[in-house]
Amino acid sequence: MLKRINEKTESTVIPGVRIADAAFPAPFRSGLEYSSPARGTWNIVHTGMLIPEAHQIYVCGAGCLRGVVLTAAEMGTMDRFSTVAIRENNLLDGDMEDLVIEGVSDIIGKLPKRPPAVLVFTSCIHHFTGVDLDMIYARLRERFPDIDFADCYMNPIMRKSGLTPDQLMRSRLYMPLHERPINSSSVAIIGNDLAAQSDSDLVRLLKASGLRIHEITSCKTYEEYQEMAESSVYISYNPDAVPGGNMLSDRLGGRHHYLKFSFDQGEIDEEFDKLAETLIASGPAGEDFAVRVRNALSEIREEGRSAAEQAVKETYALIGDTPVTIDYTFCPRPLGLARFLLDNGFNVKKVYVDGIPAADKPSFDYLQEHYPDLMLHPTVHASMRFAAAENTAHAERNEAQSSGRAQVLAIGQKAAYFENTKHFVNVVEGGGMNGYEAIVRTLGLMKEAYLEEKPMRDLVQVKGLGCEVCVR
Amino acid sequence: MKQTARIISTYSADVMGVCSALFELGGMTVMHDASGCNSTYTTHDEPRWYDMDSMVFISGLSEIEAIMGDDEKLIGDICDAASELHPEFIAIAGSPISAMTGFDYEAVAEVIELRTGIPAFGFPTTGMNTYIHGASMALAGIAKRFVEEPERKKQVNDREQESDSGDRGASAPYKVNILGLTPLDFSIVGMDRSIEHWLEDNGFEVVSKWAMGSSLDEIRSAAEADVDLVVSASGIGAAEVLYERFGIPYIVGVPIGDQPAGQSPKAFLASVLKKYAGNKRRKERGEGSDLSNKCMNVMTDVSRMYPQNEEAIAKGTVAIIGEPVTSLALAAAIESGTGRNTKVLCATETMGITLRPEDHVTPDEDDIIPELADAAVIIADPLYQPICPPEAKFIALPSEAFSGRIFRTDIPDLITEEGLAAILNKGV
Repeated sequence: MLKRINEKTESTVIPGVRIADAAFPAPFRSGLEYSSPARGTWNIVHTGMLIPEAHQIYVCGAGCLRGVVLTAAEMGTMDRFSTVAIRENNLLDGDMEDLVIEGVSDIIGKLPKRPPAVLVFTSCIHHFTGVDLDMIYARLRERFPDIDFADCYMNPIMRKSGLTPDQLMRSRLYMPLHERPINSSSVAIIGNDLAAQSDSDLVRLLKASGLRIHEITSCKTYEEYQEMAESSVYISYNPDAVPGGNMLSDRLGGRHHYLKFSFDQGEIDEEFDKLAETLIASGPAGEDFAVRVRNALSEIREEGRSAAEQAVKETYALIGDTPVTIDYTFCPRPLGLARFLLDNGFNVKKVYVDGIPAADKPSFDYLQEHYPDLMLHPTVHASMRFAAAENTAHAERNEAQSSGRAQVLAIGQKAAYFENTKHFVNVVEGGGMNGYEAIVRTLGLMKEAYLEEKPMRDLVQVKGLGCEVCVR
Repeated sequence: MKQTARIISTYSADVMGVCSALFELGGMTVMHDASGCNSTYTTHDEPRWYDMDSMVFISGLSEIEAIMGDDEKLIGDICDAASELHPEFIAIAGSPISAMTGFDYEAVAEVIELRTGIPAFGFPTTGMNTYIHGASMALAGIAKRFVEEPERKKQVNDREQESDSGDRGASAPYKVNILGLTPLDFSIVGMDRSIEHWLEDNGFEVVSKWAMGSSLDEIRSAAEADVDLVVSASGIGAAEVLYERFGIPYIVGVPIGDQPAGQSPKAFLASVLKKYAGNKRRKERGEGSDLSNKCMNVMTDVSRMYPQNEEAIAKGTVAIIGEPVTSLALAAAIESGTGRNTKVLCATETMGITLRPEDHVTPDEDDIIPELADAAVIIADPLYQPICPPEAKFIALPSEAFSGRIFRTDIPDLITEEGLAAILNKGV
């Protein structure tokens, strides 16, 4: 556990608020931000590496380069990654455009093999110095007509202005796709870092409907990636993928369908009904296809409901009133998960979340009314630096008082870190789950986490859970 | 082209150097930046993050705050956090955006200090230099602000009295500070403790270690020292301040290399430290000094001490890429132990440390590649290997400052014979 450096900070109050007293969408005042050691969520380097054979070039100062370079190094993908360092003199010399053009050209010239696509990441400083990005990309495309350039951004200073960096990156991921004839039998699942689970409701529905499924996570070559552009429907279920899905639809002509990620059975049914209608409208002509889709959905739904009911019973019988904590990195709608678990009798005590996702507003309202004592805690508030130690001390005190076993089951890496528990569900970004399968899988993972300890310290510090990494 | 890196890594930046240098001193360090620097630092630059509760935060600068020059948001946020967390001091380190907007570090620090009553610093880092620059700046700030006047006169008088009656004055151990110790150069594999033990074994008393393993209170008493041992370029700033304020001379070097016995680089370093420490004491007693220099870069000179070995030289040059002080010390150890020629390629700022004529400052990939063409052996971080000629023998010497945590378990403790042998036995 943490070694205390400054004795004056011995008893720090962990910031938190009852959900009944919390404001939407920002329950905590913004201030200095802390960064916990839990690192499983993906960053722009991980996501960019999903484009097969593409090369990434970052143009920024050393401090900004450091994190992305070592992300690539830990992934073992330095051969697909390069940098151009901005120095102080570049700010004064006004040669920022030249630095990008010549730097990128220099790197491309040195690569052992010409990449089919290059993702050029400019940074906050380009935005603030008014760099002419249009001119930069025009020049690069002139020089290298055989390369697809994607304008990408590492500009966190813009995170509160327009699209977030995450939303931007998920939109850039499909920029190199070239328009091609649409195939009504093809669909694409877009915007995810992690592949949709093969037994998820979505994949089962698409397969049972006889549709060809494209997903960037399974593309092995650039050509295979390009085939995504034939899709008649682009399906996203990560809220941050929505802007990119809309752009893709506008540019390539396929239809974008946003399938809300949910743990609410009514909403799952509603969302999949809407998806089925989109598939029928965009898919192969004829009543046969429509019947096939509707029959498949009906079967998946029936099985899903039954499996979910059974999973709830079994999981509750095992876990009982063990305190459960959830964090926002587990899935796009952490409050939806809290609501589902609370309604099914689970003892959810805390949700670690810095802001309430818009998609979670209905659950937020519901929880305020029905479970007003549910606690919300931030993850980046400065005082959270001491939360893990405080929670551990608190648990030890309680254990001593009750002589019982103090145990918390955490869902998500940050919750696991802050609760200092080895009993946790190690999943980020929804883990490719959706539909009833998300319910069944989550409950299954909770059972597993309850029964088995995991090496939390080692697991949560690995960047980009699900990536190939080379940390030894 | 300069400034490009096709395949190699990037050294930790100045803003991270500030955080690393101040990490163990009980303060609160704030990176004035949008986002990202904090997780980069805590993941790749700070191996102590999980186990020690140091307060390092990011301001979360937004576009609108930067455009409007809303420094009050930062000041308010820092004051709020300080009122909850009670740091010993507050440090603000800058990023490219704060550098570009002309953020006034000194003025903001002064306002924060007035409001909180807590000592505050502003370090004008830009995120565009290496960690050496930032760490040196931060440790210099600590030296200026926290090191207290020694009770030197009393001590000297006591020594003289004791010397008259007993001889303790002559035999009292020389006191030394170790400057420039951060995990970025020495990781957390025990090198900091090995340096301390080496000093103690050589009869020194270690007053403070800047800044691994010492509290702020120990740092405060650094002026008690007779001499400073600067073990990395990060320690130069503090060494300069301690010389200016207290006349403490400093020796630049890392104790690496035990061969040949009695005339090894380590023995030479110890003798120079004693010579300068003794000189300092003599000056305090009002006696004449036989040294005019305030400092000495031992490792630049030490490799000149050993006779040339034609057979070893014929095996080709050993190139070492890295931070200047450790690289020069390793070069000296190789020359003294094997007789081979060495060349240091310094990829960070040198902070004025003199290199040998055969050494070069090579900040970029394009600077380094031609320098490696004639090397028979290359000792460097594994992330340099892709640009090394395949015909050269590559020996991995990982550096946290370059590859972060990736190869931490392979970092040897070069201070020990076993640690050095782990490198030399691979083909030097």
